[in-house]
Amino acid sequence: MENEIILESRNLSKGFGGLVAVDDVSIQIKKRTMHAIIGPNGAGKTTLFNLLSGVMPPTSGQVFYKNQDITHITPQKRAHLGIGRSYQITNIFSNLTALENIRLAAQAMGKDSFKILRLASSFQAYIDKAQEIIDLVGLTGRQMVLARNLPHGEKRKLELGIMLACDPELLLFDEPTAGMSSEQVPELIEIIDKVVHLKERTAILVEHRMDMVMSISDTVTVMNQGKILAEGSPHEITNNPQVQTAYLGDLYGELA
Amino acid sequence: MTEKPITMEPVTKKTTISSLINRERGFLIFIAIMILFPFVMNWITGTGLNEGITKFWQGQFITFFIMAVFAMSYDLLIGYGGILSFGHAASFGGGAYAFALLMKHWAPNFMSQYRILIGSLDITQTIVLIFVFLIVLLVSILIGLLFAATSIRLKGTYFAMLTLAIGQALFILIKATDFHEWTGADEGLHGVPLPVWLNPTQNRLTVYFITLVFLFGSYLLMKRMTNSPTGHVVVANRENEDRMRMIGYNPVSFRTVAFVISSVFAGVAGALYSIWNMSATPNMLSAVTTVDALIMTILGGMGTLIGPIIGAGISQVIQQFFYTWFGARWPLVFGLLFMLIVIFLPYGIVGTWRLKRLDIKEGWHRFVGLFKIQKDQS
Ligand SMILES: Nc1ncnc2c1ncn2[C@@H]1O[C@H](COP(=O)(O)OP(=O)(O)OP(=O)(O)O)[C@@H](O)[C@H]1O
Ligand SMILES: [Mg+2]
Repeated sequence: MENEIILESRNLSKGFGGLVAVDDVSIQIKKRTMHAIIGPNGAGKTTLFNLLSGVMPPTSGQVFYKNQDITHITPQKRAHLGIGRSYQITNIFSNLTALENIRLAAQAMGKDSFKILRLASSFQAYIDKAQEIIDLVGLTGRQMVLARNLPHGEKRKLELGIMLACDPELLLFDEPTAGMSSEQVPELIEIIDKVVHLKERTAILVEHRMDMVMSISDTVTVMNQGKILAEGSPHEITNNPQVQTAYLGDLYGELA
Repeated sequence: MTEKPITMEPVTKKTTISSLINRERGFLIFIAIMILFPFVMNWITGTGLNEGITKFWQGQFITFFIMAVFAMSYDLLIGYGGILSFGHAASFGGGAYAFALLMKHWAPNFMSQYRILIGSLDITQTIVLIFVFLIVLLVSILIGLLFAATSIRLKGTYFAMLTLAIGQALFILIKATDFHEWTGADEGLHGVPLPVWLNPTQNRLTVYFITLVFLFGSYLLMKRMTNSPTGHVVVANRENEDRMRMIGYNPVSFRTVAFVISSVFAGVAGALYSIWNMSATPNMLSAVTTVDALIMTILGGMGTLIGPIIGAGISQVIQQFFYTWFGARWPLVFGLLFMLIVIFLPYGIVGTWRLKRLDIKEGWHRFVGLFKIQKDQS
């Protein structure tokens, strides 16, 4: 099916006290597409991710994954359903090695986590899987470094690696390039492009780097003050006067 | 200092006996010395194995072995799991009371009414002991589950306060005069009847070796568990619960495993402690007992298993000598010493050693080097 919907939110809202961070958002994500969500700071992108991944319950509205209502399902169950998420603010296991960070994620998807009298090191499949991901995200040779001792750019790669080790069908990238210098960005974009397109997965990408968004996404949704402002192909969005005045003009100016 | 000790062993290949001997060399040497100790002591002092100074020191070591396991079990929670519970003594005391109550109120009745024989061999006593220990396990598991349940919704300080409250509630319950007939209330249970071979006054050497085997087995078992897939996830839970969920683990399940395992080791330690003292007293359940384990763990090094053993040893020696040196005021001196240790060895003895191993070795070489130069000059 070309236009099969993998994830859908219906009238999703989240309020924090008086502030409505996500306001009546209905969005449909088509299978095997890269769907970008852009918007200025505080637009509610991360909060939307928190609702989609189950970190917080919505104030109202519903989330459907493959036609199943997952609004009240825990994040760990969503992970097993095939939803992966990476964080804008690096969220890793700081005192463990890079390899162990990823190995844990690989192990989570298996059925061996309660084998308390076996050695973790005897489950070679998870170690191999982790090593494969280490190479994929470009951390080769850094696997035995403690996560907290990695420089920022490598922490961002590890952040992605942890998500990828779970082999999700739907990947939620929350500003994967956050805090990275411009020279480091192309490598990361290439990795994202590769893991999404080659494996025919679906991704939602929150990103501030407009050039990157426009070049790799199929659909773009623009958010502002918790609401959806516009949605369309990268071409349509770039030429949308409403979006331009509200948001894009500024950002392009910023980048130029 | 910003470094934190690494509690995770690097991923290694399967354990073989020789690699085990290699990795646990220090611990195995310690066990070997402990095996030889009563005999060497006996040989040096000339007093019998079951009398005088030899017997006295066996007693000191029995307490040490038991407290070491109790401290290790606590470290499974705080060091590995990052779970700060102030109610851990409930498991220790719970195991002790389960054992003492059954041995005192149930076992004598049972044994006067029934005989279990294999052919002509009377195994009643053995069966009774096995049964009592099974109940000890059951009680410890239940206490572990109770604390695990409180951790489902509460976090951090709130959780710590509630564990303290539950621990103290059990402490008050065991002291309640309403159950005086059963629990002995304030005084606790004394003169727990034991088979002659297990009686620490008559056969101290047996109790010595039982508790030594208990320490040996507990250490190896805990080491194995902390290196298991489950152990790794428990550490991940300590590191980052939010991320742990996001990759598909349910933190509650893993915390529950940590609570139950930790409680079982503590409970059996408590039961052995009540064999050793032939009694069970309320203070075994009090917060002070938890704090003892906390001090031992911090002294030796959190997140290591050898650390709490060393911590238990030090605190045992200190209690012994400080009492003779400083009298009743010894806890004050100990408190000061403890503060100094926390300031200068923030990761405990083992933790700081692991971090600073290379520095310390280098310093030592430089120190030795100084002598060499001096020798050459003279
Ligand atoms: N846990 C929270 N409690 C209270 N307010 C919150 C919380 N999380 C987000 N907010 C508020 O909700 C609004 C949306 O925040 P959110 O982080 O979702 O924006 P964003 O689009 O991801 O922004 P950015 O581009 O800066 O990452 C902001 O005003 C923020 O301050
Ligand atoms: Mg954000």
